[in-house]
Amino acid sequence: MLDIKNLKASVGDKEILRGISLSVGKGEVHAIMGPNGSGKSTLAQVLAGNPAFEVTGGSVTYAGRDLLELAPEERAQAGIFLAFQYPVEIPGVTNAYFLRSAYNEIRKARGEEEVDPMEFVGIVEEKLKLVDMDADMLNRSVNMGFSGGEKKRNEILQLAVLEPKLAILDETDSGLDIDAMRTVADGVNKLRDKNRSFIVVTHYQRLLNYIVPDHVHVLSQGRIVKSGGKQLALELEEKGYDWLVGAHVAAGGSASSGQPVLSRA
Amino acid sequence: MTQRYLAQFQEFSRDGATRAPASVNAARRKAMDRFMALGFPTTKNEDWHFTSVAPIAEQEFTFGAAATGEVARSDLEPFGFGGDSWHSAVFVNGRFAPELSDLDRIDPRVRVVPLHDAWQSAPELTQKIGTILSDAEQHAFTMLNTAFMPDGVVIQVPRDVVVERPIHVLFVSDANAAKTVMHPRNLVLVDRNARATVIESYVALGDASYFTNAVTEVDVGDGATLVHTKIQREGRRAYHVGTIETRQARDSHYVSFSFATGGSLSRTNIYTKLAGAGCGSTLNGLYMLDGEQHCDHQTRIEHVEPNCYSREVYKGVLDGRSHGVFNGKVYVHPEAQKTDGKQTNNTLLLSKEAQVDTKPQLEIFADDVKCTHGATIGKLDEVALFYMKSRGMDAEAARRLLIYAFAAGVLETIEQTEVREGLERNTLERFVKVEEPVPV
Repeated sequence: MLDIKNLKASVGDKEILRGISLSVGKGEVHAIMGPNGSGKSTLAQVLAGNPAFEVTGGSVTYAGRDLLELAPEERAQAGIFLAFQYPVEIPGVTNAYFLRSAYNEIRKARGEEEVDPMEFVGIVEEKLKLVDMDADMLNRSVNMGFSGGEKKRNEILQLAVLEPKLAILDETDSGLDIDAMRTVADGVNKLRDKNRSFIVVTHYQRLLNYIVPDHVHVLSQGRIVKSGGKQLALELEEKGYDWLVGAHVAAGGSASSGQPVLSRA
Repeated sequence: MTQRYLAQFQEFSRDGATRAPASVNAARRKAMDRFMALGFPTTKNEDWHFTSVAPIAEQEFTFGAAATGEVARSDLEPFGFGGDSWHSAVFVNGRFAPELSDLDRIDPRVRVVPLHDAWQSAPELTQKIGTILSDAEQHAFTMLNTAFMPDGVVIQVPRDVVVERPIHVLFVSDANAAKTVMHPRNLVLVDRNARATVIESYVALGDASYFTNAVTEVDVGDGATLVHTKIQREGRRAYHVGTIETRQARDSHYVSFSFATGGSLSRTNIYTKLAGAGCGSTLNGLYMLDGEQHCDHQTRIEHVEPNCYSREVYKGVLDGRSHGVFNGKVYVHPEAQKTDGKQTNNTLLLSKEAQVDTKPQLEIFADDVKCTHGATIGKLDEVALFYMKSRGMDAEAARRLLIYAFAAGVLETIEQTEVREGLERNTLERFVKVEEPVPV
């Protein structure tokens, strides 16, 4: 459903993604791991269409469409969802209003009728349970005064309400204690199904104990330097990133295909 | 440029059309002399540094009775926010319009009288006119208003009386107001322990170019509360200078809101003097401008007595090539110990060409006070816009929602539900469509 080929992206003069290739099939969960500054979050932002990043090369095909041609809202309406690493605070806009507006925009795009506030309450109530959130969170301004855990749960609540086909979780575990992380991961697991794909961006392996991926990719300096199954995550946990990053540097950064064959140094 | 106002004044005095007592006419003459001596303020005047009134001074506005008969009740619906049980005093082109007003249901103890009548019918009230202004002889526009003051409203809420529904004082200008100047003069007296809500609106039917030069004096008695909302939605080619000056007695509360979206060039002065211990003032405001609009607010909060508080939040949303000005003065006299004052001015700039000048001005002569001020100027948050778009909202909806949220932050302080919701709708609608620039 998602086919990324040799994707390159920059901020200003700085190239951050230097040729990423990755295919995500329907219902698959792909984990993207890597050290700080490797380009993990940039990949997530570029897929969601953040205009702060300039795509300088490559292609992204999503459900048969050229994703890079679509505006951020069109991507969302087409079923892409990005859970932000740093969810944005929007003073003066209640969570309920925000969620319902987004929900209705996506329904409109699907040719479905909009729901009124009363109907929406029914829809959202069920989803609140999924992430263990109180209904009074709906009446607060979006993410204003939320704790780190509340913000991340709020992202997963949005995911649950908007029911995307491809959900990208950008370091959803960062800044969370183990209990909060477990709640978030439980929510995500309940939303897994054979038609919904996930890209889980994370620095740490621990999230992947809860959200078990089908594939793991390691990013370094804007390229995928290793791909494997879920056991790769465990290996990284044990050895850290240095052996891969080191190998990459030793290989002279020639892995422009994005799928380099690297042996353990 | 002031000469034609003198000619108008001479004609006005000769006609003797006002039925005012001789002492009032003497005060008028004195004010006219003072206006002639002052002339229109220039940008060299510190109080007018960011606002040139040349467009007003250079035009030839005529003074006199413009036709008033063409406004129907149904025309006024949009200005009443659906508050059909409000008490209303309506003025068309500066003149009281009894057929459009609704004053039958108000508590009979409350007096709402048009000024042109009140000179005769309520001299005990009109004798207060001019007494609440503190340094009016320095204000050319106030002097000019005082020289004429042909009509306006006089409201008195007697001791212990609570007026539940708002009293709406609505000044509407239609096509007949074109090229004229109006000098509405209002007086609001809220006596000891009384409470009232007054909404003072300036609106237009059509897009005539005219000049409103309004003055409202307010006296809030011991333990009394006045909620006073000014709504300036003049025509897009109109000019508006309006001063509200309030004197507060012991333990009184004055809650002011200034909403301004109209006019080509406007200046609103809101002055309050906390002249008794233990009183409080809340001065909030919102201005939203686009095209070539210029809108200036000057507020002055004078803490005279101890243990008073003042709270002030003004917000501006500026689009196009508009220019917003905010000057917030706070004076704390030596006796006004334990003053607690807070002032904020936030501006949202929606275009590169829009311009803002913000000037907090605190002068504190007491040593045991808490006074803060802060100003911010920013654009729409790009990250927030992207966040909203990434949830499926189109770029325009996201932009509008952020603007609305910014404005709602101060609009939500309006207690009166119909007014708050009406102005919120007004705010939402304002940025829906791109307005055509108005040729001047």
